[in-house]
Amino acid sequence: MGNTVQNNNAPENALKPRKSISPAFRSKLITCGMVVALFIIVEILDGTGNMSNLFSGLLVPICYYVIAALSLNLVVGILGELSLGHGGFMCVGAYASAFFTIATQDIITDVWIRFPLAFLVGGLTAAIFGILIGIPVLRLKGDYLAIVTLAFGEIIKNVVTALYVGIDGNGVHFSTTSTDALNLAEDGKVIIKGALGITGIPKSSNVIVGFVLVMITLIVCLNIIDSRTGRAIMSIRDNRIAAESIGINVTKHKLFVFAISAFFAGLAGTLYSHNLSGLTANTNNFGYNMSITILVIVVLGGIGSMRGSVIAAIILTALPEMLRGFSEYRMLIYAVVLIVMMIVNNNPTIKAKLSMIAPKVLIAKFRNRKKNNVQKGAEG
Amino acid sequence: MALLEVKNLSISFGGLRAVDGLNLTLEKGMLYGLIGPNGAGKTTVFNMLTGVYKPTFGTFSLDGETLNGKKPAEINQAGIARTFQNIRLFKKLSVLDNVKSGMHNINKYSAFEAIFRLPRYYKAEKEMNEKAMELLSVFELEKEANTLADNLPYGKQRKLEIARALATNPKLLLLDEPAAGMNPSETQELMDTIRFVRDKFDMTVLLIEHDMHLVSGICEQVTVLNFGTELAKGVTKDVLNNPEVIKAYLGD
Amino acid sequence: MEFLSYLISGLSLGSIYALIALGYTMVYGIAKMLNFAHGDIIMVGGFIVFTLCTTLGLDSIWGILGAIVGCTILGVIVEKVAYKPLRSASPLAVLITAIGVSYLLQNLALLIFGSGTKTFTSVVTIPKISLFDDQLVITGETIVTIIVSVIIMVGLVFFVNKTKPGHAMRAVSEDRGAAQLMGINVNATISLTFAIGSALAAVAGILMCSAYPSLTAYTGAMPGIKAFVAAVFGGIGSIPGAMVGGILLGVFESLSRAYISSQLSDAIVFAVLIIILTIKPTGLMGKKISEKV
Repeated sequence: MGNTVQNNNAPENALKPRKSISPAFRSKLITCGMVVALFIIVEILDGTGNMSNLFSGLLVPICYYVIAALSLNLVVGILGELSLGHGGFMCVGAYASAFFTIATQDIITDVWIRFPLAFLVGGLTAAIFGILIGIPVLRLKGDYLAIVTLAFGEIIKNVVTALYVGIDGNGVHFSTTSTDALNLAEDGKVIIKGALGITGIPKSSNVIVGFVLVMITLIVCLNIIDSRTGRAIMSIRDNRIAAESIGINVTKHKLFVFAISAFFAGLAGTLYSHNLSGLTANTNNFGYNMSITILVIVVLGGIGSMRGSVIAAIILTALPEMLRGFSEYRMLIYAVVLIVMMIVNNNPTIKAKLSMIAPKVLIAKFRNRKKNNVQKGAEG
Repeated sequence: MALLEVKNLSISFGGLRAVDGLNLTLEKGMLYGLIGPNGAGKTTVFNMLTGVYKPTFGTFSLDGETLNGKKPAEINQAGIARTFQNIRLFKKLSVLDNVKSGMHNINKYSAFEAIFRLPRYYKAEKEMNEKAMELLSVFELEKEANTLADNLPYGKQRKLEIARALATNPKLLLLDEPAAGMNPSETQELMDTIRFVRDKFDMTVLLIEHDMHLVSGICEQVTVLNFGTELAKGVTKDVLNNPEVIKAYLGD
Repeated sequence: MEFLSYLISGLSLGSIYALIALGYTMVYGIAKMLNFAHGDIIMVGGFIVFTLCTTLGLDSIWGILGAIVGCTILGVIVEKVAYKPLRSASPLAVLITAIGVSYLLQNLALLIFGSGTKTFTSVVTIPKISLFDDQLVITGETIVTIIVSVIIMVGLVFFVNKTKPGHAMRAVSEDRGAAQLMGINVNATISLTFAIGSALAAVAGILMCSAYPSLTAYTGAMPGIKAFVAAVFGGIGSIPGAMVGGILLGVFESLSRAYISSQLSDAIVFAVLIIILTIKPTGLMGKKISEKV
């Protein structure tokens, strides 16, 4: 990367190839470096026994929220479509992978083979759903799109809660009424038990797996954005009619974004389900609340900014837990912080007043960051 | 054979015939003007030629390939590129990326190659950067390569739109009021640029314009549209002196 | 006969959805924002009645009035404090703020009333009607709900079409800038819309809690979402659309619960929505917007 002309500080760079680091690449390096550094710090703290149980229990959730936020940012920030159903894709991934793990537990005993396969199953199943929901989405815009994705998430939650699935020698059996209706043979086992969900999932998720997945997601997202495909997607976001006029296939790119975003949400779901022994779907985890939590992360982190998503996911996952001391008030504080942040960030008058009070250094820093963010449409 | 052959092109919107039986033949390398009073249906013609609207009837073909009924992206790949009356840039992308996005179908590599940063990615990006900078220098935009398109002054936005259209490597370039909002010296400069583009890229240009100075300055031939029908066509100077045409513009 | 009884309960449920959806759609039409906190106003209405009637033992008329006035004031305050500063912000920023308001209301209710489920005492005193040798029983709540909803809807259509503030509301929803230039007080009109929407939500809350008497801090969430669906289903921004959408949604839900699957009824309702929007992308009565090139 270093020795190729990538992007360019000055125009002459592009004409005369020079060994320099492009802004896009530098931004990518900072984002990835930040994640690696955080991981090392966490590992050191953990190794020296300096980490509280509370915090170490948060590490895997932080990882799946980061992955979910990055993948949603592809849809919201890069494609520019509002989705309120990201939790639905996570739910699909969580259930599909947990089903796979339990079903193959006796056949594939090596967790190093089974777990990666579970991720693949979770991700690919979610991606298929991503394409399915992408089809109506192609015809819809704005708020109509938001409601369809929200409806999709609710359907998924509702269906998995009513679903009974078991396997025996004859194959997979489905029912929406009860375990008995599955008509399993003697040797059969019930895997999804309706509202009780899936139980006995081996707890394979840990912070190392989470870190590796975060890095994969991050690099894939950043590499897509900084490429021919990413430019095509962002051109659709900025002006669909102009994008078509320069030969960009809108349908293909929209479906691609939905599929890849759902794939990573599926990975996040897999990480989620293998972090619990019992998986159920209810309003608190996979309903629209989950989708909204992820959306809030994306918006507060900065729409289109991948680095922002990572930071916001860490802070917003840790914040409610840090406030456990005020347990009764923590969600209240969260709500107030959310409203105040949105107003302060989006009201021109308040923003101007604040910048007069804030120390000059901070403003300069903030401005720089802003500038870098918009410089390439969406980077790092 | 003519490059662009338009036969009996017509479109109706809810009973209203916006364009009625337009015939047009553009030879390769021509600079052709499409003029007429406001609401005459000029932009509608462009929208049909680029697939935004489907003609109610009539056909058009480029280099012998029939294109009516095709989608905008397909028509662009067949060789027609355009600019818009109300500028449509990719505002949140840099000037350079606006041009590079125009090369979407020229320097191809897959998303897979992009994700894993395989050699094809670097090769294609390098080529694109070089070509894009070359194009930008034609329009004197190379200094603004890293500026957001949204932050460009108006005149430069118009130029960037032309550069982006050229990046798709078209055979025919459609310019919708390229001089709108420009002052006389900018218009003069634009005329030189259009001529230069025609010569350098061996381009055929069809343009809509209200600025008669520009039309008479660079268009070899024009067609005048009035209420969706052809009022006159031929060599620019003759057409502009046609009493019918003057009447259509100035009223009775 | 069974079918008729499901249909009537569907109509009753649908009327409640329609009342909530009207608030959604009016606010959307005027302020161009999805007021996600709208559903929680229902819950607040329920708790006001609960406090006044059950805890303080007042007559139910005071509960009803208290809820309507309280919710109206709350709606206007929320708009002034949280949404007004964001008039020029992106729709997404407003949406997230509305979500914040929703969380705030829910958690305030949790803090004040605790997490236990409260049993709501119905405000309706009309006895149930039994027809056809008790084969068809219509509860008093159902009758009141349908009658009240019809009156409100007729009143609202009259208000919007025939009165001066109603005209102002339509003008602002059509083109805010132009309305302002014509001397319409845009801020006052938006406040009025929030006030009406919230009052409707309070009525819906009382009717809903009377028919389904359990009350928690999350009571408003799901009906809010469904009413939102109903509003979009009918074509968001359209008042007749919200009414038709709400009633159809209620009937769909009631019938699919009875004849297909009680557990999957929500999924069926949402699936129908997706199919309808795929066929008719701006809802049943929404305006088709085409982009000028």
